[in-house]
Amino acid sequence: MDPNKNPLGLYSIVAGMVIIALGVYIGFDRPPIDAVQIGFRGVGMEQVNNPRTVARAAPLHVAPPPIDPVEPSGTLSSEVYQNVQVLGDLDADEFTRLMTAITEWVSPEQGCAYCHAEGEELSSDSLYTKVVARRMLQMTQHINNDWHSHVGPVGVTCYTCHRGQPVPANIWFEDRGPPSVRGMAGYRAGQNVASAAAVSASLPTDPFSPFLLGDQNIRVIATSALPEGTPSQDIKATEWTYSLMMHMSDGLGVNCTYCHNSRSFFVWEASTPARVTAWHGIRLARDLNVAYLDPLRDTYPANRLGPHGDAPKANCATCHVGLAKPLNGVSMVKDYTGLGTPAAVPATQ
Amino acid sequence: MAMLSFEKKYRIRGGTLIGGDLFDFWVGPFYVGFFGVTTIFFAALGTGLIVYGAAIGPTWNIWQINIAPPDLSYGLALAPLKEGGLWQIITICAIGSFVSWALREVEICRKLGMGYHVPIAFGVAIFAYVTLVVIRPVLMGAWGHGFPYGIFSHLDWVSNVGYQYLHFHYNPAHMLAVTFFFTTTLALALHGSLVLSAANPKPGEAVKGADHENTFFRDNIGYSIGTLGIHRLGLFLALSAGFFSAVCIVISGPFWTRGWPEWWNWWLDLPIWR
Repeated sequence: MDPNKNPLGLYSIVAGMVIIALGVYIGFDRPPIDAVQIGFRGVGMEQVNNPRTVARAAPLHVAPPPIDPVEPSGTLSSEVYQNVQVLGDLDADEFTRLMTAITEWVSPEQGCAYCHAEGEELSSDSLYTKVVARRMLQMTQHINNDWHSHVGPVGVTCYTCHRGQPVPANIWFEDRGPPSVRGMAGYRAGQNVASAAAVSASLPTDPFSPFLLGDQNIRVIATSALPEGTPSQDIKATEWTYSLMMHMSDGLGVNCTYCHNSRSFFVWEASTPARVTAWHGIRLARDLNVAYLDPLRDTYPANRLGPHGDAPKANCATCHVGLAKPLNGVSMVKDYTGLGTPAAVPATQ
Repeated sequence: MAMLSFEKKYRIRGGTLIGGDLFDFWVGPFYVGFFGVTTIFFAALGTGLIVYGAAIGPTWNIWQINIAPPDLSYGLALAPLKEGGLWQIITICAIGSFVSWALREVEICRKLGMGYHVPIAFGVAIFAYVTLVVIRPVLMGAWGHGFPYGIFSHLDWVSNVGYQYLHFHYNPAHMLAVTFFFTTTLALALHGSLVLSAANPKPGEAVKGADHENTFFRDNIGYSIGTLGIHRLGLFLALSAGFFSAVCIVISGPFWTRGWPEWWNWWLDLPIWR
């Protein structure tokens, strides 16, 4: 058909191209983009980012300035205050400074009353938030003291996760997926819907329960030519792993090649050093969920629990909030005492 | 090789694009032409440089020889010969020889008074290559985004670039390209088997023609695209496969920097079911 003899055909082609161009403009990024090379040239191990998206998210990753230092009072907080179970050996003035910082980090709008019930003694534990906060302080100390393998000299504070909100933005609950019909036809193997955890891929919706609460092995590649053993590492196991890895990529704002050379995902010799940090990070998240976060389910009121009655838990995005180095690697914990001792800064820096 | 009886009258001078009568002759069955000479020049130089690159590299293992593009830090500038400069010159040679070959096809078409379907079809393959090593690197701001020349190394590149976008099977143009590749083989298998079946009747029966071929598919699926139509369809399918391959890689990076599954959120966010 000659479009010149059929204006309607010509117009519909033009209209179609306009719609496609509009869709490309709205639905896609555009150059210039930023790329960082990780591996040897030509291997294709690169981090690719849209600088405009990065700039929009930048305010989210600014560490608040430290509160002005105080002169030590010479008196321990446990001598001044009642019921100080965790920070009792802190100087009383340093203790007050830390409480002020925690309020700014966690409940800037709600203030002290978010944990300390109004009209009651400061020592009162009547609010669940105070009981949770005490446990969170112990958790923060544990991370900074015992998880140098993951948090290194930077360490963490309440702000790493909370970012000025009483409930961190990135938490997870057990997710059994949408209801489906009974029987074989309804079996979805935990997948086949757009999974928020897997950044909209049709991968398992809850990779956290088996890997970040349970201690199932994260495996993709069988070590023998034919599947053997029970259970063998089948394609379903791969998909659960894939879902967790999608979450890690999204939570850290990186792609697979940040840790892996995809020639072989499991060979450590071909992987980047970041994979070692991430390996410890998976075990850190599991430790926190098992020892600190999940046991708080009886402390929380019902409205803080998930649809299946479990406590809110942590994954990679909880601290990282979309950056490989949370808060761009700025250490906040070094400005405070009482939150534990991160690793020493290497002498070369 | 013996010349077919009808070939002599087409072996005439003229119809060249540039250079007039320069190199306008045949060597045995092969037309030379100006672009035949440039093809040989670029192909020989490029191949020689690949061998040189292998010689200064760590291995002669054919699987592991690797001519890699420059580091991203060189941007769109020239790199030293042993740090990606070789890749840049070889890329120029490759494009030079591919384009020369296509233009030689054009000249042969002109001599024969044919349409340009063959060089245009080859041009789509060249376009896909140029997209990989020129258009996308320029859009992303560094020659280092091109793929390395090596059997294993280019496979590593393909795999890693795919995983830069977390799950490449969600790339919409990749979906189209894969579909076109499969459909091309389907169409070719149906066409090839149909022609052979008409040409191979039972012993003693006459060879069948287009009427039988058309009737077979009308009986089978209610429609036959026809003897010319199947070739139009085949060319369309094959060129679409190559074209959308080029699209799927050029949108990965310059026009999309996150995981491809996430791109489909526009569908999840449509107001009718959001």
